[in-house]
Amino acid sequence: MTGEQTPQIVYSAESQAKSPGKLFRNMTQDMFTSRELAWSLFIRDIKAQYRQSFLGVVWAFVPPLVTGLIFIVLQQSKVVNLGETDIPYPVYVLTGTILWQVFTDSLNTPLRSVKNAQSMLTRINFPREALILSGIYVVIFNLLIKLVVLLAIFLIFRIPLTPGILVAAVPTALLILFGMGLGLLLVPIGTLYTDITAALPTLTQIWFFLTPVVYATPQTQPLATLALINPVSPLLGAARSLATNSPVLHVGAVYVSGVVAVVLFFLGLIVYRVGLPIVIERMSS
Amino acid sequence: MTSETLVRVEDVSKRYCRDLKRSLWYGMQDLGRELAGRDHGGANLRKDEFWAIKDASFALQRGETLGLIGHNGAGKTTMLRMLNGLIRPDAGRIEVNGRIQALIALGAGFNPVLTGRENIFINAAVLGMPKAETARRFDAIVDFSGIEEFIDMPVQNYSSGMTVRLGFAVAANLEPDILLVDEVLAVGDLAFRTKCQVRIQEMRDTGVAIIFVSHNLHTVSHICTRALTLDRGHIIFEGDPESAIDAYRSSVASRNESVAQEMRAGTGEIRVGRLELLDAAGAPAVNVKVGDALTFRLHYEAAEPVTDPVFNLAIHVVNGQQVTGIRTDADDYRIGRVEGRGFIDVIVPNFNLLPNAYTIDAVIFHRDGFTFYDRVNQIASIEVGGGLQINGTAYLPHRWVEPVPTTLEIPALTPAELETS
Repeated sequence: MTGEQTPQIVYSAESQAKSPGKLFRNMTQDMFTSRELAWSLFIRDIKAQYRQSFLGVVWAFVPPLVTGLIFIVLQQSKVVNLGETDIPYPVYVLTGTILWQVFTDSLNTPLRSVKNAQSMLTRINFPREALILSGIYVVIFNLLIKLVVLLAIFLIFRIPLTPGILVAAVPTALLILFGMGLGLLLVPIGTLYTDITAALPTLTQIWFFLTPVVYATPQTQPLATLALINPVSPLLGAARSLATNSPVLHVGAVYVSGVVAVVLFFLGLIVYRVGLPIVIERMSS
Repeated sequence: MTSETLVRVEDVSKRYCRDLKRSLWYGMQDLGRELAGRDHGGANLRKDEFWAIKDASFALQRGETLGLIGHNGAGKTTMLRMLNGLIRPDAGRIEVNGRIQALIALGAGFNPVLTGRENIFINAAVLGMPKAETARRFDAIVDFSGIEEFIDMPVQNYSSGMTVRLGFAVAANLEPDILLVDEVLAVGDLAFRTKCQVRIQEMRDTGVAIIFVSHNLHTVSHICTRALTLDRGHIIFEGDPESAIDAYRSSVASRNESVAQEMRAGTGEIRVGRLELLDAAGAPAVNVKVGDALTFRLHYEAAEPVTDPVFNLAIHVVNGQQVTGIRTDADDYRIGRVEGRGFIDVIVPNFNLLPNAYTIDAVIFHRDGFTFYDRVNQIASIEVGGGLQINGTAYLPHRWVEPVPTTLEIPALTPAELETS
């Protein structure tokens, strides 16, 4: 700890958004210096979560599996018509629900991390970016567990394992960035007012049905347009198609959504960094 | 030691809101302003806001120990939180040169399900210690905490004292340039408190600058090299600890007068008028020192004749417990019959209370010594000054006799005797 140059910190009423260059530099620096802390927090959360659970990792894949199974039953008993898919419907729907879970996980993680860390945030000055980073670790960890189940499904339905599966990681990562970005934008308001937390489950449910997760990409209006302008659907669709070795639809929309996801993530980071000190002041310690 | 400025606080102000709903709404407004690139805060108060800190300026040099004293809500904690970077000033500027560490939230970030061992690593990481460093210091941390046998037990089974011990042990092994201390010494058992104090002294001796917030004026006067007195968000005094403590006492005393929460009760045949404090010359007593002669003159007014009322003065430490009292019945002093207006003097040849602010309640009882004729709480206050910094409230008149050499063998106390003594 010796030999370091003494750091100088200045706290003032000046808006951080005034000098975006400095804001961005500080942000990336904090992101980098907090990686070890983020890892510790991630390990802490995972350990604590599984130490207090009997079935452990089972809970990571039960919800998407159950949702998937419901739609498989509905489809096969012809209660609903969910359209024609290129791949066996069970594979389509289970891949879809797992990817959808990755998205909602990313969306909910920032707000949840901040709320759980409330006592720490109001008492200790640590790089707050650590919470974002550890949140990303948690999302990836949950995804990896689900991948084991997905692999089993692929083997059962004899889906060929192609290099496309590795390429599918790119749209999946973008899906995580999009969800995280949106989640980060919600952090300041969501910590001040409980309304956000209350509204999120309903909103995500509506979103779920507007996105071609359990049904084939719609060809009729207005759902077709809605599926295009909703960034989740091209990204989710691309990841699913690449993983299952089927053609990717609407390639243009995928690229646009990718750019939207990255931009939204950085916007989210800025709002988080600028907004958090303000909301911490209004939180109870 | 070089006079290197580690902390510089310039015209810092901070406002708080009394109303939660409004506070949240102001939060939204601030958020919007901030994102639009406009500066945080402002010079004016919005509805329901007040200044928690107003125009505070001071500097802290390397090697200094600065005390922050003031009544509850004077702004001490707000100042610490700003120095720690948890909340931002609404005006002004704080410059910190060096690593700052707060001994405030001991054990924050502890996960109750995980063991003490696991929590040490997490807590250290949160406080900014690299993992390798924590591993190297691990034994020292456990040793300092003194809870080695419980280190692999989940923290949720720890007593609150054990949690604090562990938290302090982690914090005490960091090497900051500036240390913020807020009343942590008030927790844990005596042995551990002593350990903490020793550790803080050690850090001070190695040149760590300390900002120390405490209600224990005795500690402040002993360990601080300088002190600030805060009153309702303003720094009303900056200088040597003794004078700062005096400033604090008079601020508390004047505050008490202005609040003047009179509580009157009783049957009312005879009423308390006012209470005068006079010095030996019969003039109103000011600048009372320990051991001064003091006369209490209690004025009364009896609307009808009363026989043998009991006069009582109860003396309290300001906002605290009763220290002593003076009663006519306890002194077997019979008043006889009184009627109309008058006063009664009680002379105290040596007012042997240690420097502090005291308040006095005046009571007149029926002859049974139990039923009130009248009672006025905090009718007057006395501020005892002087440099005598002894922990406690009472001064015992005494003298020392020079050391006497002796060849006599004094048997050492056996452990059993130590136990019972």
